[in-house]
Amino acid sequence: MSPKMQNNPRPSLLYRMFDSDAGYKFRSSPITVLAGVVAVLMIGAAILAPLIAPFDPFNKASIDLMNSLTPPAWQQGGNPAFLLGTDDQGRDLLSAILYGTRTSVMVGAISVLLAVTAGIFLGLIAGYFGGIVDALVMRIVDIQMTFPAIMVALMIDGVSRTLLPRDRHDDLAIFVIILAMALSIWPQVARTVRASTMVERGREYVQAAQVIGRGPWVIMARHVLPNVMGPVLVIATINLGVAILGEATLSFLGVGIPASEPSLGTLIRIGNNFIFSGERWMLIYPGLTLALLVLSVNLLGDWMRDVLDPKLR
Amino acid sequence: MIRFVLQRLVQAATVLIVVALLAFVMFRYAGDPVAQMVSQDTTFEDRAALREAMGLNDPLPVQFAEFVVRVVHGNFGLSYQMGQPVAGLLADRLPASIELSLVAFSIALLVGVPMGVYAGLRPNGWISRLFLIVSLAGISLPTFFIGIMLILVFGVELSIFPTFGRGETVDLGGWTTGLLTFSGWHSIILPAITLGLFQMTFIMRLVRAEMLEVLRTDYIKFARARGIDNGRINFRYALRNTLVPVMTIAGLQLGSIIAFGIVTESVFQWPGIGLLFLQAISTVDIPVMSTYLLLVAVIFVSINLIVDILYFLVDPRLRISDKR
Amino acid sequence: MTLLSIQNLTVEYPGRKSTFTAVRDVTLSLERGEILGLVGESGAGKSTVGTAVMGLLDPPGRVSEGTITLDGVDVREIAQLRGRRISMIFQDPLTSLNPMFTVEQQLIDTIRAHRDVSGAEALAEAVALLASVGIADAETRIRQYPHQFSGGMRQRVVIALALCSNPDVIIADEPTTALDVSIQAQILVLIRDLARERGVGVILVTHDMGVIAQTADRVAVMYRGRLVEVGTTQQVIYAPSHAYTKSLIAAVPRGDIKLERFPRVSYSEDTTPPRAEFALSSHWLGKAREGAAARSAEPLVSVRDLGIRFPTVSAILPRNRRYIDAVKGASFDIAQGEVLGLVGESGSGKSTVARMLSGIYRPGTGSIRFDGRDLATVHSSRERQAIRRQIQMIFQDPFSSLNPRMRVETIVAEPIHHNRLTSSEAETRAIVADLLEVVELGAAAGRKFPHEFSGGQRQRISIARALATRPRFLICDEPTSALDVSIQAQILNLLKDLRDALNLTVLFISHDLPVVRQMCDRVAVMRNGQICELAETEALFEHPKAEYTQELIRLMPQI
Repeated sequence: MSPKMQNNPRPSLLYRMFDSDAGYKFRSSPITVLAGVVAVLMIGAAILAPLIAPFDPFNKASIDLMNSLTPPAWQQGGNPAFLLGTDDQGRDLLSAILYGTRTSVMVGAISVLLAVTAGIFLGLIAGYFGGIVDALVMRIVDIQMTFPAIMVALMIDGVSRTLLPRDRHDDLAIFVIILAMALSIWPQVARTVRASTMVERGREYVQAAQVIGRGPWVIMARHVLPNVMGPVLVIATINLGVAILGEATLSFLGVGIPASEPSLGTLIRIGNNFIFSGERWMLIYPGLTLALLVLSVNLLGDWMRDVLDPKLR
Repeated sequence: MIRFVLQRLVQAATVLIVVALLAFVMFRYAGDPVAQMVSQDTTFEDRAALREAMGLNDPLPVQFAEFVVRVVHGNFGLSYQMGQPVAGLLADRLPASIELSLVAFSIALLVGVPMGVYAGLRPNGWISRLFLIVSLAGISLPTFFIGIMLILVFGVELSIFPTFGRGETVDLGGWTTGLLTFSGWHSIILPAITLGLFQMTFIMRLVRAEMLEVLRTDYIKFARARGIDNGRINFRYALRNTLVPVMTIAGLQLGSIIAFGIVTESVFQWPGIGLLFLQAISTVDIPVMSTYLLLVAVIFVSINLIVDILYFLVDPRLRISDKR
Repeated sequence: MTLLSIQNLTVEYPGRKSTFTAVRDVTLSLERGEILGLVGESGAGKSTVGTAVMGLLDPPGRVSEGTITLDGVDVREIAQLRGRRISMIFQDPLTSLNPMFTVEQQLIDTIRAHRDVSGAEALAEAVALLASVGIADAETRIRQYPHQFSGGMRQRVVIALALCSNPDVIIADEPTTALDVSIQAQILVLIRDLARERGVGVILVTHDMGVIAQTADRVAVMYRGRLVEVGTTQQVIYAPSHAYTKSLIAAVPRGDIKLERFPRVSYSEDTTPPRAEFALSSHWLGKAREGAAARSAEPLVSVRDLGIRFPTVSAILPRNRRYIDAVKGASFDIAQGEVLGLVGESGSGKSTVARMLSGIYRPGTGSIRFDGRDLATVHSSRERQAIRRQIQMIFQDPFSSLNPRMRVETIVAEPIHHNRLTSSEAETRAIVADLLEVVELGAAAGRKFPHEFSGGQRQRISIARALATRPRFLICDEPTSALDVSIQAQILNLLKDLRDALNLTVLFISHDLPVVRQMCDRVAVMRNGQICELAETEALFEHPKAEYTQELIRLMPQI
């Protein structure tokens, strides 16, 4: 710390990011750089799926049952039009994977966003006000954390199936999954935010704001929130992986996204039916895509945790 | 101590009541229970009579109370799908799930803890780095995909392990065990590894993080400054401090093993309660679903309670309150 | 022969961009039975010398040059003996004992790590050691866990543990910094007795000149990694030769007489730009001070029978709940323009009083009158805010009292914005710039974030923020206890100047009696939530009436 009052021209924001400790930790770990590149490429490809996919797997007109079970292009019997081969319906696997990744990423991102919003709000008020509000929120969190995420999701899915008529269920499946994942993630966010809020609340800058006369909501929004965002970012990233995995698992189990809409989980489920015959590509490529996606997201989460808070688990 | 346990018991009871309420709501409102029991041509009057006989016209709290009484007596109704008492169905399949969970949990603990301790003690060694990368893969790869890959490699390609079922079982007075036969062990290996791998990597990372944290504390530095040898510091001083939080979280992971047991049972067609639950979800077999929920809630709540009490017993700061 | 000899020690921390030299070319020696004080301000490298001797430097730190010899033998050759012959006492007794083991287990483990004795012999020895460091009823207490001991007792346990190996040298790193004055005195006596009776050489690392004066035989003064002066305690304290030592000693607040100002310290790390001279009283900051100085007969602040209790055990049934009376029946007046000191040890309730006055806590009982109005009777939020605006506070910890995510200008402008004191954003900016000039940071500081400043500079930002509402009453809660003495002197001088220029009324809270003597007109002494004595400063220091005050003044570190 040597705060000389110099007026050097400030280096550009990009350079400062590159030169910061976080930037250094990023650069000095080739695996993290690779994970970052892979994650950006995959999420980008997923978002752009309608533009870059060779076929539209939803368009029944473009699907020809004659093409079914074509192996990948480089294998014997492959067709260059279908780079990774086709499934039992004749759908192009590459396109299905791109669209499937899109569904998976979307479900993951929206559910994490919902969970983070709810978790921040409840965690902030629990940590800031304490007392009965805190006890109430934390009891709900405790109770829900007793049950693993996947179990909560299964329960919600099960309940929704009993409450909704069967034909409506397929249309609403994606919302049910988003809700299920968000519900299973928010307690973790709330707990983290609450813990950080309690720490920040004890710091004197919060008391200083009170002395100035700021009300609790302004203090929470302006003072506490920016200081608890670091851990939230880490938790959100790690849980993006969890949510993508959760969706895939539910879809794989046949209780998630219906088979007519490709998600990585449903693709693996279909591929699994062909495990004993020779058509392994239908299993391997969606599976690898899912693993790579979640692995790179987790690597980024790990790096963020290292940078932001070495103690956070 | 008594206060603490009471507090936890109240919390546990709350969880159970909430889950029971959920199960009751499913039971009562999902579909018409009468419609499930009668044939198409039952008259309206007969249905109404049945409705009255089943107590479906009673006030809701009464119905809930009766539901709880039935549940406490082990009467969970009949499976819509199989027409058998749910309690019996679950009891038949429970041993398979419990054996799978325990074997998986043992693998996770027996491998995960030593790996974590090693990685914590030598954070910069290449073996530790390898452990970390492997563990990250373990956390990132979905359980079902690991299971499928194991089946593909060891079951289909190499044909050295069975790919489904639990092999021969022995009936020990109502408890069918696969752990007394060779084929039982042969069958449990792949599913147990599948199920335990995630927990193992999780426990390893946790132990490592805790170990690193404890080794940085002043009391460890002070112990070093007093000339106590490294082995003693690492394995007596640091490990004991590390294991308190690890124990808590590992206990909670037992719950997550039960949850992921559903996935593993589905992949390996393991005849446990998870598979039953999955089938119940897809066929909307409500009595089975709600009973499973209740059973799982009881198991989770008991695990949590035990972990909390253990925590209390192990940590002297909680056990012996300040005299002043 | 010299017991411990440090020759040309240099310790480096290689970093990503440059190598940081924490200790440069330090040469020291220690005799048997001698206490060598190693003194310096934060960042001087004094603790690093201690850890280097112990061989416990945290990576990537390393001894790049120099040798350390014990009885003429290089310590590197007797690495395994290091822990036996050299022992260490850490600063915080709360964290230096393993919470999972009883004191007995820790003592016996340590004894048996060094000598091949039976369990029974080790136990007997452990009990004797515990008794020798002044723990009564050692046979029973040895079976307890660390958390069952109080802070001072824990430090005694730590010392007993350090003595297990019969060391020749003990390095005590700020051994009393975490303790109250009365306990500090006892621990220092214990350390001195150890040196005398056991012939142990002690290196006492501390920032506190008072501790050195009370305890050390010789003193080594460090500044920025270098040794600037070594000599007997008498010589260094009363006739320092190096300029840095002179300014350091001059900056130590004196407990014996009251001075007008603290001497300006030339060796300061916080070089501030020359201050633009402000006629503060005619500036915005000094103007519109409604009624200031007009009614000096009436006390500005009047506190009657103030009390608050906090729950210690919460329970559903009221009869099972337990409370602690943090403050009980406190009454005092502060006259217009007066500085009232509030002193007491940790847990005496002095900070709680500050938090009730500033509105952070709502008082449980009693009344606070400000400028003649009872605060409890002000119900309209506008009026309440108008009064609150005139009461501002400076906090203890400069590292937590500024929001790390806000720029300094935003921090200082926040009270102005909240109270809508200006008519335009441009005016606010101009006032913020002036405020930063007033606290000697310069307007350019506004664009930066708090982490770019040192502790003393942050405290100046905190002062600027407190002044931004044009308050009449300023509460200073241990404003300098986290700072080095030379920085403390500057901040206290600044506070004195501002008080004079703006005619502020001040409640000055501190545990440091010499500081209080320098700063305050009257002093209230608090103990266990109650005020036990309130008197004019000089009268209180010269003729303390309450027994507790006499005790505090007797234990006051003197140099």
